[in-house]
Amino acid sequence: MAQPRLEFRKVTRSFPGKGRGRGLVEPLVAVADVSLTVADGEVVSLIGPSGCGKSTLLTMAAGLDRPTKGEVFVDGESVEGPNRHVAFMLQKDLLLPWRTILENVELGLEIRGEPRQSRRAKAKEQLARCHLDKFYNHYPHQLSGGMRQRAALARTLAVDPDVILLDEPFSAVDAQTKMILQSDFGATFAATRKTALFITHDLAEAVALSDRVLVMSHRPGTIIRELTIDIPDRANPFARRQDPRMGRYVGELVELLHINERGDQAPNHGGNAHD
Amino acid sequence: MTSLLASLMRPGVFGSLLLAVAFAAAWEWLPGLAGIPPFIIPPLSDVLAESLRMLRIDALITHTGITLAEVAVGFLLGCLLGMVVGYGLGMSPTAEMMLSPYILALQIAPKVAFAPLFVMWFGYTVYPKILVAVLIVFFPVMVNVLGAMRTVDRDMVNLVRSFSAGRFQIFWKLEFPASMPALFSGLRIASTLAVIGVVVGEMVGGNTGLGYLLVFGEGQANTAMVFVTIILLTVIGILAYAAVIIAERSVLHYLPKRNLGPA
Ligand SMILES: Nc1ncnc2c1ncn2[C@@H]1O[C@H](COP(=O)(O)OP(=O)(O)O)[C@@H](O)[C@H]1O
Ligand SMILES: [Mg+2]
Repeated sequence: MAQPRLEFRKVTRSFPGKGRGRGLVEPLVAVADVSLTVADGEVVSLIGPSGCGKSTLLTMAAGLDRPTKGEVFVDGESVEGPNRHVAFMLQKDLLLPWRTILENVELGLEIRGEPRQSRRAKAKEQLARCHLDKFYNHYPHQLSGGMRQRAALARTLAVDPDVILLDEPFSAVDAQTKMILQSDFGATFAATRKTALFITHDLAEAVALSDRVLVMSHRPGTIIRELTIDIPDRANPFARRQDPRMGRYVGELVELLHINERGDQAPNHGGNAHD
Repeated sequence: MTSLLASLMRPGVFGSLLLAVAFAAAWEWLPGLAGIPPFIIPPLSDVLAESLRMLRIDALITHTGITLAEVAVGFLLGCLLGMVVGYGLGMSPTAEMMLSPYILALQIAPKVAFAPLFVMWFGYTVYPKILVAVLIVFFPVMVNVLGAMRTVDRDMVNLVRSFSAGRFQIFWKLEFPASMPALFSGLRIASTLAVIGVVVGEMVGGNTGLGYLLVFGEGQANTAMVFVTIILLTVIGILAYAAVIIAERSVLHYLPKRNLGPA
């Protein structure tokens, strides 16, 4: 089997417990014993109740945090810190308000020391791909939420990462914009053949955009189910949504998350995957 | 110039001008009508006449120039120091923890109370005045800068870090520009405080500057002279504040208009 682009090998991450007492507080185990792989060019979604550690996994893949136990590999290399292979994108667009859209897209290349000419060219190329070529010199506040999120994708793609990590990138935009962004992203991932790990709480979105969906349990989060999405044409989420199999997959996920919730011991758990 | 004319025609501006005229008229005639003697509130014409006399006899321009220069130097040095310490502490949480109790104590101490001490140290020179201004300007700048450094969005920091940015890149690409709005609100406060610092310094010791004229006028029971001096000090304060606003407009040009404070 070919080497996976991204691999979590028995990863556990716990945080020092919060509380007034010192030393005696139990550590908070965010994720426990997570193993997963994402193959080259694959888009894998991660769903689960909120607080189950999805973002924690993503942060570790980006090299911004280290596992307590286990290891994360990107392209077969153990992730020791931020590196060129991965780039991430969050619900917040994280565009710097004092930079124009073009300058924002250049940010990653600029930090990596790319010469001005070539980083400008690359940024323009990505902005054109994201249909923002008329907005080079606009400031972020002059753009709509959907456009800003596309600019954030352009910034992510500009550094040409092998793996893109996305943490609920569409959850802050309205329903219609969300559909458009989903198709844009679907087409872009297919066209660039990028590998992606995609966190979402929208089950239909997970099914429409990915090759596989991984379901996580309540905290301490671990992967309880893997669903391979056997619908053709991942590049076109719109078409996929029309497919009769779509509903079956979503139904299955709903079921999984419900069962999981009933089995939870803490009745006041704030987590709800279907919000 | 046309835009100036246009802005003069705006209702708000027009009302403001009208109010100024009404105020001048009231100042000129009301105290007399109310039987308030001129040594309590001298009418506007007396104050104007006094300012002309001071221009001829008391080297008013020299004194004003000295105060203005002290304010400018004290403000710039204080801001510079506030920024250096603010950003420095922001970069080093350890240093911040170590120094914060002392900084807090110094922040609470009334800075103008240092004026006599500085005069004792440096004599009747410009240095004690500048020093009081530096001390008083330092805190709002430092506190605002440090606060901004502490509240930079963690996700933004992570984004920049994810591109393998080093500590100084995080500072120059993110923290420093992100702190600009807070820095400028500190500078606005500092610009008015600088005038206070200098005036107190001049009042305490020396024979130059508007602060000196203020005390001198008081000694002579020359109320009009005191009024002239207060007005000139206010003008200096307005100049300092305007300079900050102009700089702010050009630095924070990227903000939507409504997010800029009142000018
Ligand atoms: N830096 C941290 N320090 C302490 N606890 C944390 C930290 N990051 C996350 N957690 C905790 O870990 C759990 C999982 O968080 P997160 O990964 O954000 O969940 P999700 O993204 O699935 O909603 C939560 O209970 C959260 O409070
Ligand atoms: Mg999350």
